[in-house]
Amino acid sequence: MNGRTDKILLYGFGNPARGDDGLGPALAAAIEELGIPNIEVDANYQLTVEDAAEIAGYDAVVFADAAIQGPTPFWFSRIDDSSIKRVGNQGGRIGWTSHSVSPAQVVALARDLFASRVAAYALGIRGYAFGDLDEALSSRAIDNLTCAITFARQALVERQFEHYVQEFGPQTAGTTAGSSTWKASP
Amino acid sequence: MSVAKRIVIEPVTRVEGHGKVVILLDENKKVIQARLHVVEFRGFERFIQGRPFWEVPVLVQRLCGICPVSHHLAAAKAMDRIVGGENLTPTAEKMRRLMHYGQTYQSHALHFFHLASPDLLFGFDADVAIRNVIGVAGKFPDLAVQAVLMRKYGQEIIKATAGKKIHGTGAIPGGVNKNLSIAERDGFLKDVEQHLAWAKSAVKIAKDYTAQNLAKLAPFGSFDSNHLSLVRADGAMDLYHGNLRAIDAQGETIFDQVDYQRYVDFIAEEVRDWSYMKFPFIRSIGPEKGWYRVGPLARLNTATFIDTPLAEIERKEFRAVTAGKPNNITMAYHWARMIELLHSMEKIQELLNDKDLQGTDLVVKGERREVGIGLIEAPRGTLFHHYKVDKNDLVTQANLIVSTTNNNEPMNRAVAKVAQDHLQGVEITEGLLNHVEVAIRAYDPCLSCATHALGQMPMEMTVLNHQGQILDRKCRG
Repeated sequence: MNGRTDKILLYGFGNPARGDDGLGPALAAAIEELGIPNIEVDANYQLTVEDAAEIAGYDAVVFADAAIQGPTPFWFSRIDDSSIKRVGNQGGRIGWTSHSVSPAQVVALARDLFASRVAAYALGIRGYAFGDLDEALSSRAIDNLTCAITFARQALVERQFEHYVQEFGPQTAGTTAGSSTWKASP
Repeated sequence: MSVAKRIVIEPVTRVEGHGKVVILLDENKKVIQARLHVVEFRGFERFIQGRPFWEVPVLVQRLCGICPVSHHLAAAKAMDRIVGGENLTPTAEKMRRLMHYGQTYQSHALHFFHLASPDLLFGFDADVAIRNVIGVAGKFPDLAVQAVLMRKYGQEIIKATAGKKIHGTGAIPGGVNKNLSIAERDGFLKDVEQHLAWAKSAVKIAKDYTAQNLAKLAPFGSFDSNHLSLVRADGAMDLYHGNLRAIDAQGETIFDQVDYQRYVDFIAEEVRDWSYMKFPFIRSIGPEKGWYRVGPLARLNTATFIDTPLAEIERKEFRAVTAGKPNNITMAYHWARMIELLHSMEKIQELLNDKDLQGTDLVVKGERREVGIGLIEAPRGTLFHHYKVDKNDLVTQANLIVSTTNNNEPMNRAVAKVAQDHLQGVEITEGLLNHVEVAIRAYDPCLSCATHALGQMPMEMTVLNHQGQILDRKCRG
């Protein structure tokens, strides 16, 4: 796809009571507040199978979640055919008692069950503190969130997702240059 | 003294909230005990101390991404007592019930089709690469679509009654903050018949599977146990409210119609040094034999009847399998769960046709109290919320016994039984792991009071000898 799409969903997920796990919903709340035209926003603790029906009707979806590893302050990648194929081949790390599914699994279900052609992307915001019950984000996570909000706003307005995949994929994002590029103004 | 060997199954599928199974062997390599370690929401009680009581029904939803409505409603019921508003208006009680049945419907559908059906459709020993919801979608797409839409329907009912998909605010101390609009009602009513048909077909899948495989399923992870749930004053199944009833494995009454405000006189919790989760038991029997099961299987055993016609027919068939005695077959949880799924949809239909849902009398208040206890039959079983609130309206003490904790000992027993039957030598085989998973999944334990983040760890199994050395390790994912 060329990256220009019409109906777009930003979906943040994570538990806001678990420290930096709340990065996804925090980003979703910030983007919703911006009121970007033609961008819909949703949030939940975690992804579940019915999200396949929700995303199926969109041209593109951006899943925003906390990342426990990878570049700082964030990375942005495409959930492409190869990652979806891995879901089919390996069971996609479906937890033995977990009720949640991964973004790739949701996309796979949307394609298999609802003939969806949704383009899907993952925005991983680096977090650090996950274990304790804490409604506050860590200070480093807040810095990363600030950068991610600035990035997400621009990406959603421009809708040039493929361009940003090249620039901020997990292998390339997080450089000093990348970090400074998206540092929000005070 | 015999030297025990430890076999550790460590599925680290989440940052926290994972389970770890330790199987203890004696010197003759016989299984003597299984320990399921579950890291749940340690510290949550402390987390809510000092908070204003009216925040609690919203705050507790952060315990769990899967059953937030159960915590929302249990906390609201406790706070009803704090404000003296436990005698809800008809509109308030029916709105809460609709929320709860919507939740039960979507939760049971999710568990059955997402977690259980891969085991049932592909077999316990099928390759884990296909024995999952993606595999079901590939091979049984119509069933998978149905499951997704059932789940979505329940979620939409939650959104309409709680106000939001997450962090719902619908239930407040002494009532609710909204009714159901005509437009919302009609939106749900147009799909009710379809969902009833799907619920009936789901019961049939579970029933037929159980009947066709009864010889294999009956001993699988099974054992006699006590059973506990809320029941209505006339003994009917009631998932939202009632009094406590406990029966033994033969169906004899242990106690009945106990006002749950007095639950501490009847239920106690044992602490064991190896587990973060407590082990609840019936006081009059003691910790050794007083543990009990909760959830769909227990509720089908404790209820005298079900007050919706289709589910009652199914209940009678269910009870006939054990000649009217309690059903102690672990794998019968799935069948029981689907009967409750059908019951929930019948209740949803009944409620949607009740004009009280459009009423405007939403809140009552009465004599202020300092202690509030709220119980509800959550999808996974009886859920206890117990709070003390000071004169400044701040929570000073909280105790929660969640459904998975109530089923702690039974899950350990189920794992031990499976290990006794399927462990050969000291090696963790794929077959053993598969069977342990299947047994635990029957209880639908909620381990999701946990974080999850991109980059999570795969499932891991480890074998340790008595000196803690790793003998074997297996990974999935």
